[in-house]
Amino acid sequence: MNFFLFQIFPYIAIAVLLLGSLLRFDRDPYSWRSKSSQLLRRKQLIVGSVLFHLGIITILFGHIVGLLTPIAIFDALGITHSAKQILAIAAGGIAGVFCFIGIIMLLHRRLFDPRIRATSSFADIAVLVLLLAQLSLGMYSIVISLQHLDGYEMVKFMNWAQHIATFRSGAHEFLADVDIVFKLHIALGLFIMFIWPFTRLVHVFSAPVGFVFRPYQIVRKRET
Amino acid sequence: MSYFIDRITYFAQNREKFSDGHGITTSENRAWEEAYRGRWAHDKVVRSTHGVNCTGSCSWKIYVKNGLITWETQQTDYPRTRPDLPNHEPRGCARGASYSWYIYSASRLKYPLIRKRLLKMWRRMKQQYGDPVDSWKAIQADPALRAEYQEVRGKGGFVRADWDEVNEIIAASNIHTIKEHGPDRVIGFSPIPAMSMVSYAAGSRYLSLIGGVCMSFYDWYCDLPPASPQTWGEQTDVPESADWYNSGFIIMWGSNVPQTRTPDAHFMTEARYKGTQVVTITPDYSEASKFGDIWLNPKQGTDAAVGMAMGHVILKEFHLDNVSEYFDDYTRKYSDFSFLVKLEKRDGRYVPGRMLRASDFDENLGHENNPDWKTICLDEKTGDVVVPTGSIGFRWGEEGKWNILPTDSKTKQEFLPQKTLLGSEDDILEVGFPYFANAEHEHGYFESNQQSGDVLERKLPVKYLDLNGEKVAVVTVFDLTCANYGIEREGLGGDNVASDYAQNIAYTPKWQESITGVSADKIIQVAREFARNADVTKGKSMIIIGAAMNHWYHMDMNYRACINMLVFCGCVGQSGGGWSHYVGQEKLRPQTGWLPLAFALDWTRPPRQQNSTSFFYAHTDQWRYETLGVGDILSPTADKKRWEGTLIDCNIRAERMGWLPSAPQLQENPLELVKQAEKADKDPVEYVVDRLSSGSLRMSCEDPDNPDNWPRNLFVWRSNLLGSSGKGHEYFLKHFLGTQHGVQGEDLGEKGRAASTDVVWHDQAPEGKLDLVVTLDFRMSTTCMYSDIVLPTASWYEKNDLNTSDMHPFIHPLSKAIDPVWQSRSDWDIYKGLAKKFSELSVGHLGKEKEIVLTPIQHDTPGELAQVDVKEWRKGECELIPGKTAPAMKVVERDFPATYERFTSLGPLLEKLGNGGKGIGWNTDPEVAFLKELNGENKAGYAKIETDIDAAEVVLTLAPETNGEVAVKAWAALSKMTGREHTHLAKPKEEEKIRFRDIQAQPRKIISSPTWSGLESEHVCYNAGYTNVHEYIPWRTLTGRQQLYQDHPWMLDFGEGLVSYRPPINTATVESMLEKHGSAETPYVTLNFITPHQKWGIHSTYSDNLHMLTLSRGGPIVWMSETDAKLADIRDNDWVEVFNTNGAITARAVVSQRVNDGMLMMYHAQEKIVNTPGSKITGARGGIHNSVTRATVKPTHMVGAYAQQSYGFNYYGTVGSNRDEFVVVRKIEDQDIDWMEGSAEIEVAK
Repeated sequence: MNFFLFQIFPYIAIAVLLLGSLLRFDRDPYSWRSKSSQLLRRKQLIVGSVLFHLGIITILFGHIVGLLTPIAIFDALGITHSAKQILAIAAGGIAGVFCFIGIIMLLHRRLFDPRIRATSSFADIAVLVLLLAQLSLGMYSIVISLQHLDGYEMVKFMNWAQHIATFRSGAHEFLADVDIVFKLHIALGLFIMFIWPFTRLVHVFSAPVGFVFRPYQIVRKRET
Repeated sequence: MSYFIDRITYFAQNREKFSDGHGITTSENRAWEEAYRGRWAHDKVVRSTHGVNCTGSCSWKIYVKNGLITWETQQTDYPRTRPDLPNHEPRGCARGASYSWYIYSASRLKYPLIRKRLLKMWRRMKQQYGDPVDSWKAIQADPALRAEYQEVRGKGGFVRADWDEVNEIIAASNIHTIKEHGPDRVIGFSPIPAMSMVSYAAGSRYLSLIGGVCMSFYDWYCDLPPASPQTWGEQTDVPESADWYNSGFIIMWGSNVPQTRTPDAHFMTEARYKGTQVVTITPDYSEASKFGDIWLNPKQGTDAAVGMAMGHVILKEFHLDNVSEYFDDYTRKYSDFSFLVKLEKRDGRYVPGRMLRASDFDENLGHENNPDWKTICLDEKTGDVVVPTGSIGFRWGEEGKWNILPTDSKTKQEFLPQKTLLGSEDDILEVGFPYFANAEHEHGYFESNQQSGDVLERKLPVKYLDLNGEKVAVVTVFDLTCANYGIEREGLGGDNVASDYAQNIAYTPKWQESITGVSADKIIQVAREFARNADVTKGKSMIIIGAAMNHWYHMDMNYRACINMLVFCGCVGQSGGGWSHYVGQEKLRPQTGWLPLAFALDWTRPPRQQNSTSFFYAHTDQWRYETLGVGDILSPTADKKRWEGTLIDCNIRAERMGWLPSAPQLQENPLELVKQAEKADKDPVEYVVDRLSSGSLRMSCEDPDNPDNWPRNLFVWRSNLLGSSGKGHEYFLKHFLGTQHGVQGEDLGEKGRAASTDVVWHDQAPEGKLDLVVTLDFRMSTTCMYSDIVLPTASWYEKNDLNTSDMHPFIHPLSKAIDPVWQSRSDWDIYKGLAKKFSELSVGHLGKEKEIVLTPIQHDTPGELAQVDVKEWRKGECELIPGKTAPAMKVVERDFPATYERFTSLGPLLEKLGNGGKGIGWNTDPEVAFLKELNGENKAGYAKIETDIDAAEVVLTLAPETNGEVAVKAWAALSKMTGREHTHLAKPKEEEKIRFRDIQAQPRKIISSPTWSGLESEHVCYNAGYTNVHEYIPWRTLTGRQQLYQDHPWMLDFGEGLVSYRPPINTATVESMLEKHGSAETPYVTLNFITPHQKWGIHSTYSDNLHMLTLSRGGPIVWMSETDAKLADIRDNDWVEVFNTNGAITARAVVSQRVNDGMLMMYHAQEKIVNTPGSKITGARGGIHNSVTRATVKPTHMVGAYAQQSYGFNYYGTVGSNRDEFVVVRKIEDQDIDWMEGSAEIEVAK
């Protein structure tokens, strides 16, 4: 079980995430969108959405940097595991609270606003519920982390992530004896990656940055 | 390239900037654009149109993609007409453009449906009896079983059924009804054949083959203006819309052209650009008002007063003071102005009587043939009495003298008809004219104008003639008319005539001010300019007129006042002029080709046809609630002794005398009557005559509530009878259907019994006369909701059919763009399937049988000369002679098991008896032979009519309008009667033959035919009366001229010999309801209830279409003025209840400055099935617009067997007027709105 979840499943999830997104982007470009419901009702959306997105973006980048930066770099910079742990708890905790308030507002709106509810697909609601669960697990893990502020527990996760990223065997062994909360958090995270291409989460990959800088008129050349 | 790779190579892509960096050229993947291109791509485009009663007949492109209808757009390939005319195209409106929504919508009918309770008992009975007909009989024999499904009509409860089973039930029911009660108890209602001719013909052919009754619609809809047959002997014939462009002066009078003639409105704009002056006359500030250079807004229902005052001005200025040469010549030739009328003495004063006839003179002035029907003029030059050619006596029994070139029929010399006797008079006499505008209205809303009394005496120049030794005073119609309009003539003087427009004397411009609210100077200006234009242009002044004027009880007065203006000014029959009554898509251009198909005239004649107004008045028991007495509408100069009884008694008299048709006809089964006669070894007609005369057999009309006389089966197709046109909706529900209803009033009870003279009174009125109601539709309409069986039909994009309009000269197809969706079938296939099942099941119950068919005395047949006087056989005043003093009777043989075979082939009678219409007949053997080749022959050697296209080809081949050879034959036949050569009108098109595929390729212009009074040529637009004026073909009236004087005794007794203003009637429906309007503090208003044609639908169609609901307020609405709204404390969009003794409506109020005070407008036909909450008063769901109306029949419309006033299907008869009605309006608070969503529980609890 441990082996499957933390050695095999990560590759499946990532493969589905990347290939699935790629296929959807190419084959069905009209569905590549965030499915915003702002037109239907602005209420609760603006505050909820801003809080949620601020939080989740911070958390996302925190995880990427925290997990994938080689330990050697931290060592070279002289950042101790303990310091990093405290930084992660502090930054993640604040962002988590933002995100938590935001997601509760969004979920409430989605479930109890009749107009929004009527236009929601199963996936729209499921994504919010999963993210809320994942966030709750993440927040709860802070409580556990507070019991070992030395940061060595965190090193296990970094090792695991970096082993997976570099296709090394034995990655799962790093997680053999961590708290069940972490295991659940990681498994659920992988699951979210697994369903990613089938939901509105694909919009994470696209940000209309170019829009700000583009010229007024765009002319597309005839295809050759 | 892939979009993803585009992203990856983002920075490597070759981009060029231009315009100083404001633009950029990229080379990224463009495959996504396909989605936008594909959005408008389609597999095919098919030409079709909307077979809805809008008179549009617009050519549409129907787009099909992947086998589905996607959308429609307007076609733009009409043939060009002439260089000086604007194009016809594009035609269409927002409603038509939204049609494709229906096809796949939730309201689309997809499967046959049946009432669950009925299906259950049917299956039970079928198990018990086996035979379907016996099973149906068993259900009908048990009143409890009958009531079980009748009382839930309209309350849901449908289950899906399959075609075999419903066909079996329907056929069994028909067979049982024929066997038990008679074929004339099977009734079918379908309107306006012109909107989809083959679909109409499918049902009417089936009904006609089995002896069923086809119901009229034009009169029932109150779109028929009886003034038209009265004046012209013509149902309605009108100019096409392109002819507006030829006009110099147009009055748009009660016709909302942009709203209800949307595809034609462009001609109005174009005419205005050309310089045509336009005057709009509407009570409200309607969309049409903006077209007017002048807008007049008389109080609704008072238009005749406006027309009378304008006529006063025109007569005075253009016929008396300064005689217009053109008007003078025109009216002498083409109107009855010069014909002589006898004065009669009644109650000590002279009143106008009958028109003088040749038979009044010694030895009939030498006329053997029809001297009773030859009218008389004086020759102005010699002073001699002349019998001019062209009167109706010349139409029948002799040849070559029926034309209206002013010719003395004896000398064959032209003569000058003498218009006025003034100057050559023998005497001056005072003559009484009835005056009605002094009557006080029940609500005081319509103001009276008191004159010297209810009979106004005016002086007239007369001549004395010695008639069989009797000295008789005669006058001309022109002199009568001038006196009737109250114009003082030089040398006559006297009372009740005006020399000045400012005098308040009937009918001056000043006189009408207090009645209509329009200032006198505007009336004078419009009348003067209208006439001046006609004088200068020789008749190019036009009046466009609409339902708004025709839906009043005294619509004849509104219409005749306008018609008179046109005739005074020589406008009728002139290009760019005339009477443009656009109500109902009545113009079935290839009519004579269609008639044999539709009424199975190729197999049996005559078919059974019934005037719906009288039928529904009797059989929905609206007569039991009648508040209008005959005395209320009689002329003060009438012989009152003759007028006892109630309105239905008048109708019964008319039916007995053969004036109006009857359905059911006789109190016994006509199949049985023939059997009895044969048993007694008597001729069946003689047998029936004897029994009727002795009183042992009664006509059904005398006892409409007797179960022996009930209609039993009702088919409704192409119609929303109960949701749209059913005046007295709640009475339909109560008595016809036997279900929940909102009738509030009590019937006449003892009082009614006492007042009636001819009808049998039952204390207990029947509820639920109909055994079975079957509706064919493509959408779940209100009528479907109330039916027992609902059959899904193919929509207008799923079948092949024909469509024509009076608004343009083209013939259109409806085409099958896709196969009928789900299990729907075309009307043709549905009735064909029914015919098959009927044939199968009839074996053992019905075989080859004879029955007796009664028909009224018909217009355009020699019979129309039947009754010079009114004499009743029933009262012993004369013998019962079928076709003369009573309905014609004919024994007809039917072969019931061969119904299917006959339905699908063209029978032998066309070869035997020929074809024709409107009194003109021709041999049609070559066409029948041609059809045998075109459609193929069946085993018996008859031309096949298997498919809807076969049926269309029959119509196109037989009709002169689409087959040039037939047109030439038809004109030749008419030439024989008139003695003038007419074939030149069709000769150039003799070789032209239009077939179904031709019109699918492009709409085709029709060929001129004598069925119609206008020409379709390269030189003129279609204009009614054109051939009468230019070819001297008589109008089909008593004098052969435009008949402004009506001399039938009933017309005179009801004061309508001449036109006048008659105020709206008192309906007495409000007073007893005032107590019922909730708490005493609730404010309310009493308003006149008007139902104009709507903007967001065509009648009820489209009113449940999501697109149209989005454009309007999405549910039932009524319009009221700000003043009235304030009185009742109503704000815009509040819910209101609208009610009177007839029932109640719930709707939202639109409070608008557009509406004038005292008027409540509810757009005609908003479906009850959309957003209609419950009514506090009835406890039922708030009704439709007809929930507060009740039809009231008018005796003058019952007149028959008298020249132009003879019956014709949809031509003459009672009409269902409804605008004189008043209602109470009060607000419903939002929290009191009951959507009646819980009705199912209530039923369970019960």
